[in-house]
Amino acid sequence: MDRHFDKELIGLNTNLLKMATLAEEAILKSTEALKNRDGDIANSVIQDDTKIDELENIVEENAIELLALKQPIATDLRFITTGMKINAELERIADLAVNIAQRVLEIEDQPLLKPLIDIPKLSEIAQKMVRGSIDAFIERDEQKAKEVILSDPEADKLRNEIQEELMNKYMLKDGTTATRAIPLLLVARHLERICDHATNIAEDVIYMVRARVVRHKKLEENGK
Amino acid sequence: MLKTKIEVKDFNFFYGDQHALKDVNLNICKNKVLGIIGPSGCGKSTFLRNINRMNDTIAGTRASGTMLIDGQNIFAENMDVVELRRRVGMVFQKSNPFPKSIFDNVAYGLRVNGRKDKEYVEHKVEESLKGAALWEEVKDRLQASAFDLSGGQQQRLCIARALAIEPEVLLMDEPASALDPTATAKIEELIQELKKKYTIVIVTHNMQQAARISDYTAFFMLGELVEYNETQKIFTNPEKEITEEYITGRFG
Repeated sequence: MDRHFDKELIGLNTNLLKMATLAEEAILKSTEALKNRDGDIANSVIQDDTKIDELENIVEENAIELLALKQPIATDLRFITTGMKINAELERIADLAVNIAQRVLEIEDQPLLKPLIDIPKLSEIAQKMVRGSIDAFIERDEQKAKEVILSDPEADKLRNEIQEELMNKYMLKDGTTATRAIPLLLVARHLERICDHATNIAEDVIYMVRARVVRHKKLEENGK
Repeated sequence: MLKTKIEVKDFNFFYGDQHALKDVNLNICKNKVLGIIGPSGCGKSTFLRNINRMNDTIAGTRASGTMLIDGQNIFAENMDVVELRRRVGMVFQKSNPFPKSIFDNVAYGLRVNGRKDKEYVEHKVEESLKGAALWEEVKDRLQASAFDLSGGQQQRLCIARALAIEPEVLLMDEPASALDPTATAKIEELIQELKKKYTIVIVTHNMQQAARISDYTAFFMLGELVEYNETQKIFTNPEKEITEEYITGRFG
């Protein structure tokens, strides 16, 4: 039987996908802004964030309305509650892209401390994880979600390497590099946080698909 | 540890040629609420009415398999059906008070069972009305006609009447379907209280009600028990596709 409710769920899904597209774009643009030290792009990331904020409110109000009026259960319930959580994660991801853009504005007039190699690499991982988590959500694909979760340690490792390099090779040797090193250190931190949010989305997707909470547990503990 | 109150094994039931219940197996736990859901004609009321052999009154019916209450076969030839119905009380969809006073409605079952001493009857009426969360509303007008009560109060009066004879199990066939939301909420609250003393089996068409009040849920379809599990499991992640379709309204 076709349900009117399904159309409303599709509406919620569409808005979440719009959120995901905007969040992905924000990471991509903020990384571009950093690589080219382009203040205009950085500013556009900051300005575009209001669209994501507005969309977040729309999705949240919509989801609360569906919970109150349709009293969903089973897969419907899991989809809506997961949608609400993913909504919040995407908004945080976009905020972190804004943070990266703000770091760009701090260093745009200064020469780069070093050629950027690892930070774009970390950004690629972050984008891949966000895209992977959203694909897992769209396709209800537990395997894809697991792949996202399993790639998080790689992001952590890269962030640590970036941090060590900036500390040991630059800041500890020459304190005057701090004004250019700290923003890069923070960018690495922001990117790594994006990966954490992508991991959260992937965990939420597993809950949606399998009705099993995997947060704060190792995947193996959850029967793979 | 959960104690089984009613054990159902390979239970079948027929109305003449019509096979109404097919190989039903389930255990009903003591002091828990079992919600029975399923589309109209799926056998849920038939199942309920078998627990106190209410279907005996229908000609041409036949049961096979076993249904035990505390290990005793409900369908045994030597089962005293009157005693069984004292142990297994029933509340119907439509409240059906007798054309008597509020007091006499509750006292009726006691008197039929031979308890005539005034003090005991008065004590039991008060206790039952309190148990049914009706006492405060009627204590000053116990001699008024039961028909003066509102629909929700009449239904609670019927629950009080069932409680008076100290049953062990309460069967409820859509007890709140004709009531407004406030009266429904009162009945639902009451069920949560009653399960401390009684084992409750409730048939309901209202999914949210089943989710709110039952500890276990059984989903029947076409006379078969499709899925039986903890209510939390059925309503968040049912095992069978057909259960999911039914509870989310995709069915049909």
